[in-house]
Amino acid sequence: MELARLPFRRIGLRLTEGIDSTLLVLMAALSMLGLLALFSASYENPGRVVSQVMNLAVAVAAMWLVAQVAPQTMMRFAVPAYVVGLAFLVAVALFGDVVNGARRWLHVGVTRFQPSEMMKLALPLMLAWYFHKHETSLKLRNFAVAAILLAVPLGLIARQPDLGTAALVGAAGFYVIFFAGIGWRVLGTLAGLGLAALPVVWGFLHGYQRKRVLTLLDPTTDPLGAGYHIIQSTIAVGSGGLWGKGWLNGTQAHLEFIPERHTDFIFAVFSEEFGLIGNVVLIVLYSLLVARGLVIAANAATVFARLLAGAIALMFFTYAFVNMGMVSGILPVVGVPLPFLSYGGTALLTLFIGAGILMSIHRHRKLVQT
Amino acid sequence: MRGSEIRNSEQELHQFQVRVGIAGVAVIIAFGLLAARFLWLQVLQHDVYQAKAEDNRISIVPVTPNRGLIVDRNGVVIARNYSGYTLEIFPRRVKNLERTIDELTQYVDITARDRARFRKLLQETRNAENLPIKNRLSDEEVAKFAANRYRFEGVEIKARLFRQYPFGDVASHVAGYMGRINQEDQDKLEEDGVAANYRGTDYIGKAGVEATYEAELHGTTGFEQVEIDAAGRGIRTLSRTPSHPGNNVTLTLDMRLQQVAEIAFGDRRGALVAIDPSNGGVLALVSKPGFDPNLFVDGIDPQYWAELNGSIDKPLTDRAISGLYPPGSTLKPYLALAALETGKRKPSSTIFDPGYFDFGGRRFRDDKKGGHGVVDLYKSITESCDTYYYHLANDMGIDAIARFLAPFGFGTRTGIDIAGESLGVLPSPEWKLKRFKRPADQKWYPGETISIGIGQGYNSYTPIQLAEAMAMLANGGSMYRPHLLANIDNANSGERREVPAEIVSTVRLRRDNVDFIRRAMAGVAKEGTAARAFAGVTYTVGGKTGTAQVIAIKQNEKYEESKVAERHRDHSLFIAFAPVESPRIALAVVVENGGFGARAAAPLARTVLDYFMLGKVPAGMDQPTPEDDTAVGTEEDESD
Repeated sequence: MELARLPFRRIGLRLTEGIDSTLLVLMAALSMLGLLALFSASYENPGRVVSQVMNLAVAVAAMWLVAQVAPQTMMRFAVPAYVVGLAFLVAVALFGDVVNGARRWLHVGVTRFQPSEMMKLALPLMLAWYFHKHETSLKLRNFAVAAILLAVPLGLIARQPDLGTAALVGAAGFYVIFFAGIGWRVLGTLAGLGLAALPVVWGFLHGYQRKRVLTLLDPTTDPLGAGYHIIQSTIAVGSGGLWGKGWLNGTQAHLEFIPERHTDFIFAVFSEEFGLIGNVVLIVLYSLLVARGLVIAANAATVFARLLAGAIALMFFTYAFVNMGMVSGILPVVGVPLPFLSYGGTALLTLFIGAGILMSIHRHRKLVQT
Repeated sequence: MRGSEIRNSEQELHQFQVRVGIAGVAVIIAFGLLAARFLWLQVLQHDVYQAKAEDNRISIVPVTPNRGLIVDRNGVVIARNYSGYTLEIFPRRVKNLERTIDELTQYVDITARDRARFRKLLQETRNAENLPIKNRLSDEEVAKFAANRYRFEGVEIKARLFRQYPFGDVASHVAGYMGRINQEDQDKLEEDGVAANYRGTDYIGKAGVEATYEAELHGTTGFEQVEIDAAGRGIRTLSRTPSHPGNNVTLTLDMRLQQVAEIAFGDRRGALVAIDPSNGGVLALVSKPGFDPNLFVDGIDPQYWAELNGSIDKPLTDRAISGLYPPGSTLKPYLALAALETGKRKPSSTIFDPGYFDFGGRRFRDDKKGGHGVVDLYKSITESCDTYYYHLANDMGIDAIARFLAPFGFGTRTGIDIAGESLGVLPSPEWKLKRFKRPADQKWYPGETISIGIGQGYNSYTPIQLAEAMAMLANGGSMYRPHLLANIDNANSGERREVPAEIVSTVRLRRDNVDFIRRAMAGVAKEGTAARAFAGVTYTVGGKTGTAQVIAIKQNEKYEESKVAERHRDHSLFIAFAPVESPRIALAVVVENGGFGARAAAPLARTVLDYFMLGKVPAGMDQPTPEDDTAVGTEEDESD
């Protein structure tokens, strides 16, 4: 008996090695809520739920693999990942596919992918590596170099144009610079300059992007176009009330008033059916996830590890905040999926790989400290 | 130095932890803002949004367009639409499906087949809103159900258009059939970016012209803004964008000629393809047995589907374009032409035929015991002398034969505008090398060339390839792509698009050689193997009989029809063109297991040509066209 059980136990130990149970439980809870909402949102195509389960399986496997890689090894990938990502972005600008008026996709063999998605992790990895290299002698010059490392991919992504992803990649890079200790005075100056530059940025925006910002300010100006998304999703959230209309009972979702209801606007479906109570549960879960990430960052062994962990933790926050803010009508409509809930394999993969990095950093927290 | 580094690093860590704390506070504030927004929307303003959701009562309902008609070259309708009432169930609104159906039988005649079909539909299309339980209700059934409608939540009567094929199984492989849109079709529609235009459409062309010209026939879906109640039921139409009917498709086919050919086949299996040699337009395309496409229209019931699929006669297979048959002696005119063009034979050159040809220790027999005696090229065709072609094939060699036959389209898909064409086999050493894996099988043996000379061996072609080659011989060497589409009429603008004749390639042939072969083929009908079938013919016609072995006959055995099982009997073939001077029709006929070419296929071709040339209608065809009464198609939409 004992002998027979032993190998299984060993396999079990091997499989759970390096996996942070807190993170895993939180992500599992969020994914479950996601599947519930997805089932309701895809009543006309139940196959989507099955394929999302497949996406989850792939993402968990990727997370497990990444969790087995030591942070020191990851550092070696920082520069190649960044350079390759940058090369892909240039390739997209030159030969990418145009979908919905934006050049975002690149063909690789039989499949195609969005290099900007890769930058979401490659950029913080690169910046964390850069600050780690110059840890003993950080000067303003270093921050200037970091700003350039950030600006180049950002410009390429914004040019596609994909402002949503550009904002997310930019945020990830900014978090690294912030955690690396950029002076408050510098930060304040930059913020002031940024505000002053807003009218210039406005001039560079595409027509539909300007429209989205204007629509946010007054959705009723465009009830059949861009404003329609916001009006309908706000109605869905508001009509959900305290307790929600109940699972599978959302009229906004089921009478097809909510566009993109299984991807970017899945929160409208969730919120309509589970109400304020459901939203609070969701916010608490995200808060705990971010908190866990920040704790891991605070205890990390090296500069590289802590900067990367801090940035990833805040990335989770940013995605959740931007998406929920967009659906509830306080942020402009940009293509940002709700982490762990929206349908789609690529976003899940990025999130779970991010979690895998956190797990690896947590596991190696003491090794170098002594 | 070291001390300051440690202090520096401690300081750094402290600074980092402070910033983590700041970040944490920022996260809490931001999420707090969101929570406040939710509180505002979901509690304080809940009544407002609740009312807005209730008011959200405008639904967009698709208006399905009428499908375009399919007509033949004379305007005879092959496929049209027919309006009728269906009884439809909304499965998601019905609590107990079986019981509801049981109760419905009191008012509407629902058979076991209807039930089986409904169950199959339910399985296949999981996300459909409503599915028909019974099609084509009688007026009485409509009245009975309407009176009891309040008792059946989730069951409704709908007026719908059905596809109707007035000729039944005539030209069934040309018209094809319609079927419910399945997942595969749906994916294809989405890939093509036309999924939105198929909202509200349940059926799609699955085979034949219905499938090839689906995009033309379907039309443009319109939309209605409908006020709906909380349960999603329509109350009032607010605005309406009408649908535009699909385009009408005119075929090159002559439906009466087709009908004559199919009647001539009777219960026999086989295929006939008739082409206009001057442009490649297909005049008739027969594959027997056929099927009744009307039975596919409202979701085929599983039993009939099993019958069609399981039948050894394979009625769903389009023999005319996918059936593969050895051409037998119908290949001889092309080999004779090859001999003339390559200079291997002159019209005057003769051989003596003792009734066999010995080669490599094997005896190749002629069909005629004792042989044909002295045979020249003309006689070799009219009497179909095998020995002459054994010699010729041996003299020419397989490479020269394959090189000459390939430009006539043998072993190449013709590119006709319906799906499912087979490739066929034009034998050559290269083909054999590719076809077989084992080196021993890959080698070409000289003996194999001999059988190729009489159209046996590895030779195998589709009837449409045989007809296409015949058309090329008839027009002097131009290969037109065979096509069924003549023109497309836009039902909205009245604009007509003609399909221009497309020359695929041209073979350079000497005029006197072609004329000689044509004369010899005319001789086949006048004094040769088909003389009896064409006795008393009043127009000029050229032809060639062929007999294709289904089973191999042993070397010293004589084929005796009476001793062979029906399905192992030889196939009967005939190719023909008429009139000889300026051909207007070229055709190929295969009658499966029909025996000698002269016996089954040639008389069949005679019947078809008599109708085409003289308008002579065979017995058993008193009513050539079903009357055209309820066709719906060109008018603006009438569906709900």
